[in-house]
Amino acid sequence: MTEENKHCYIKEGKLALPYQYFAGRIGSKFLVSLRDKKKILGVKCEKCGKVFIPPRKTCERCFEDISEKWVELSNEGEVTNFTVVRTDDKHHPRKAPYVLAMIKLGGADTPIAHILDGVDPDSVKIGMKVKAVFADKAVNTMLQIDRFEPVK
Amino acid sequence: MARRVAVCAVAQTGFVSNMWQKRFQQMCFETVESIVKQTGVDWNEETGIRNIVTCSDDVFDARTISDNGITDAVGAHFRGEEKTAQDGINAIAYAMACIMSGHDDVVLVVGHTKESQTESRNMCSNLAFDPFYCRDLGLDFEKGAALQARAYALKSGISETQLAKAVVNARRNAAKNPLANARELVTIEQVVNSPMLCDPIRTLHAYPVSDGAVAMLLAAEDKYKEYTDKPVWLTGWSNCMDSYFFGDRDLASNFSLKKASAAACKMAGVSDAKGAFDVVEINDAYAYQLAMWAEGLGLCDENKGGEWIESGILETGKINPSGGMLAGNPIMIGGLARAAEAVVQLRGEAGERQVAGAKRAVAQGTTGPAGQHQAVMILEN
Ligand SMILES: [Zn+2]
Repeated sequence: MTEENKHCYIKEGKLALPYQYFAGRIGSKFLVSLRDKKKILGVKCEKCGKVFIPPRKTCERCFEDISEKWVELSNEGEVTNFTVVRTDDKHHPRKAPYVLAMIKLGGADTPIAHILDGVDPDSVKIGMKVKAVFADKAVNTMLQIDRFEPVK
Repeated sequence: MARRVAVCAVAQTGFVSNMWQKRFQQMCFETVESIVKQTGVDWNEETGIRNIVTCSDDVFDARTISDNGITDAVGAHFRGEEKTAQDGINAIAYAMACIMSGHDDVVLVVGHTKESQTESRNMCSNLAFDPFYCRDLGLDFEKGAALQARAYALKSGISETQLAKAVVNARRNAAKNPLANARELVTIEQVVNSPMLCDPIRTLHAYPVSDGAVAMLLAAEDKYKEYTDKPVWLTGWSNCMDSYFFGDRDLASNFSLKKASAAACKMAGVSDAKGAFDVVEINDAYAYQLAMWAEGLGLCDENKGGEWIESGILETGKINPSGGMLAGNPIMIGGLARAAEAVVQLRGEAGERQVAGAKRAVAQGTTGPAGQHQAVMILEN
């Protein structure tokens, strides 16, 4: 603190803004399927054969319209990568430590990020078999899958 | 043939973890004042600065159209002003294009971020993720880096000791750079024993929260003499954006950096990046990035980033002489600060950390999670 800034002050503020996000036609179909049928859908590019999740309208490599090429994926998959979050922060869905994993579902080519619960963070392994546990109530985001847990 | 573009001056605030006693406008203004003092440039609409390219982030500044908050401080009233919302190295490229095209002769670049204003920089970068598939999971740039760090370690076999040496080098170089933030020396033991932050990233593997601003004056080859007798030429530049979803990307592949580096080298007439640069400034916000991005820049072979760290190259002082991003620059202007150090080195003004006889430098900047967007700039004197 110097003489010249002795009487200066800092204002506490907050960025907060109620907001609406449109899920899109394809995103909506994916999320409604998670919510109402507990089924995880992907989209397949028939040109290169790649199965994408989250779904999208166009294959980024082939520019094929894949918006109607729905395929049902397994509710189980394997861990391809993970991190253990060791600090708490307001945007985290869990208290630390929690595991964020990349999970490749059966039938998909692109792993998805999700929360991995039900396991000691220090014993998570790449290749570990895990399964989706669905939320009981409507969430309408990826957290319609509440979490993944190891397959017993 | 497009006109050549010279950097005539750079100015940096110096970087600290909490510049609470300065508004970000003041941080910018001090760098602009320094540029004026160094060059005598003015804002004459015929012969002086008539275009300013800024770089800032709306969420970090907590006001949208964040350039709006600094137009007076950077002298952008009554003339052109454009903002980049990617790393400030892209602002240099934008200014460079303005001059190469003949649209402008003299352009001022100013970038700033005050990370300390936010309660959590990770909450800011969480907002870079989509609200349906990723944001609610708590993903942010730190978690993205952690996933990439593991993918890279599995692919390359980089060791804990090699990662620690990246941090040790950063601090050793930063100790000679009065502008750097984290300047305390650390040992390999301190790094490998520092607590996990976000596995496999340890606390000392991560760059410190940082505040600061950087400005640069660019001029066309037929104008630079009015402002400097030590021009640094921008001879190569490119950038590349990778896919958005982590699952769509091969996180350890360096896809976007390899493309950006190859195109920048081609523009500068560099046939092989290995050994081509006297000064290398890598945007290593996390320790693994020094090794991984050295590979992506083509400075060493694939999967050899760890060995490269131990090859003796760090002891030459040519790699991140500023201390690098690990020594603390704020997000958004990491690459801009890399380019600024390259200019200081090529002007021979780096004092105790000067690389003797430096002729050609490469600076890298990145934007987005896990190096999604990469930019590479080549500078020569
Ligand atoms: Zn395809």
